[in-house]
Amino acid sequence: MGEIGDSRPEPAARTGTSLRDPRPADTGPAPGPASAQRVVPLRHPGRWVATVVVLVVLAQIGHGLVTNPYFQWDRFGYWFLRPVVLEGLLITLKVTALSAVFGLLGGVVLALCRLSRSPVLQLVSWGYVWLFRSVPLIVLLLFLYNFSALYPSLGLGVPFGPTFVQFDETALATEIVIAVVGLSLNEAAYAAEVVRGGILSVDQGQHEAAAALGLPRRYQFRRIVAPQALRSIVPNYVNQLIGLIKSTSLVFYVSLLDLFGQVQSLGSTYPGDIVPLLMVATVWYVILTSIVSVVQYYVERRFARGSVRTMPLTPLQKLRTGVAELRGRIAAGALR
Amino acid sequence: MTTDAATPAGITGSAPGGTDPATDVRPAAVEIHGAHKWFGPHHVLAGVDLTVRPGQVAVVLGPSGSGKSTLLRSINHLEKLDHGYVSVNGELVGVRRHGERLKELSERAILRQRGGIGFVFQNFNLFPHLTAAENVAAAPVATRRATRSESRARAAELLARVGLGDKADAYPRQLSGGQQQRVAIARALALRPGVILFDEPTSALDPELVGEVLGVIEDLASTGTTLIVVTHEIGFARKVADLVVFLDDGVVVEQGTPAEVIDHPRHPRTREFLAKVL
Repeated sequence: MGEIGDSRPEPAARTGTSLRDPRPADTGPAPGPASAQRVVPLRHPGRWVATVVVLVVLAQIGHGLVTNPYFQWDRFGYWFLRPVVLEGLLITLKVTALSAVFGLLGGVVLALCRLSRSPVLQLVSWGYVWLFRSVPLIVLLLFLYNFSALYPSLGLGVPFGPTFVQFDETALATEIVIAVVGLSLNEAAYAAEVVRGGILSVDQGQHEAAAALGLPRRYQFRRIVAPQALRSIVPNYVNQLIGLIKSTSLVFYVSLLDLFGQVQSLGSTYPGDIVPLLMVATVWYVILTSIVSVVQYYVERRFARGSVRTMPLTPLQKLRTGVAELRGRIAAGALR
Repeated sequence: MTTDAATPAGITGSAPGGTDPATDVRPAAVEIHGAHKWFGPHHVLAGVDLTVRPGQVAVVLGPSGSGKSTLLRSINHLEKLDHGYVSVNGELVGVRRHGERLKELSERAILRQRGGIGFVFQNFNLFPHLTAAENVAAAPVATRRATRSESRARAAELLARVGLGDKADAYPRQLSGGQQQRVAIARALALRPGVILFDEPTSALDPELVGEVLGVIEDLASTGTTLIVVTHEIGFARKVADLVVFLDDGVVVEQGTPAEVIDHPRHPRTREFLAKVL
């Protein structure tokens, strides 16, 4: 829409100015009164037309949402804060938070292995990422769900040697453990690539300068490389995190009743309420991703220190200055 | 290369470059011996020997690809030599003697040695997420040579010395190229190195900013710190250098005072190079 608005008015404006400029070429820049030399900004009528079209379409969609009786907004209101729905939401939050943390930790370890000088670590890390990016998440979850059939008990010991500790798999593998393990394994593969890309994006000169100053290795990584790498890691990882929030709806298939699971099972009990129930889930997912996006905005600003000459205003600051400006104009108008 | 060696010998010593090598009993500030370096089949350094005495200002000239930068970077072991060694104030850099052989030191030991050798890059390489003062104060804090408040005070002092006392809180991107390079020089001075290496410090600058950076380097030269400068600024070399070294194809073709090497070059390759840049 923006392109149309930007490109269309240009030829019209150009012909307009040439028509409106009857001054003969030989006069040169005549030093007229100050008002005649004021530069009138280019008008963009196309942009206004596009804006109106978009607003009309949006109003229509809004109108449909409000007036269509099949959305049953009263039922939506009934379900939105029901304890059974909130229980599901809590499960979704728990699974997301745990998988995000474990996935990121795993991703950092995998990325460091991949960037290490040991060919074995490099290869293992590469193999892990290759494998878990290839297996669909739902297949992985169902595999883990049936894991106890494959390995009834898990032990820790020397390969081909004695075993020191032994766990009973059925006691260990509750639904939530299966869900978190599955999502974390999958998440770590993607996080590894995000972290690796971030570290590689730091200029070689930075490593050299840190080394030339004799900064200890840990300090080089923590204070010089990591803060700069995070600038590209944060937006990419948040993207990943939003994907994760939505992927948690798959844990329904390992009998864990998360937000989507609850809504789905309620829908089979109250078939008439399926649409409002799906709207309840949708609105909750939208709220979760919105919170993450707002946090992302401020985290990114924090890591952008020094990357731009002056920080752009936050939306809140923009609103405040906008309001102040408007007030000033109104006050000036009143005075006149 | 700890505190005792880090006190620039030249500050208390006699006038820079004025010491008579014959009577000077101190170890050379920088000694490069039989340096060889290959990049694949390319023989970048083909047996370089060079001695810079304490307090001297050495300027290394030479066409691009002659090995100037590699030579400079081998002095603080950013580049490993394949053969030969470098010593700074009598201490081997990056290696230790093990019988007949030279063995590479641990990374930690090399990092500690680099504290005594300042390095200024062509592209400044300031840390963009830290302010000018934080850039300068980082190394003393990280290497535990000074407390946070000590190194902050010293950073302010060093920034004032390079004429940027009012820019302590500016981020590198808010500074001009010349200002960034002056911050980089202050950063290199923060650990009180005995030797400072400059790798084409003005090559990335707009012409009108070259003077301010050369001015700072000139001030440093007059305090008696040992400097080795790779540059194309012949005028600067003539004015400030005690020793001019002309490098070509990985060997020292000619060295001597500016009057000898720049004004009366003996070797045809030196003459050819000077004819192009002067």
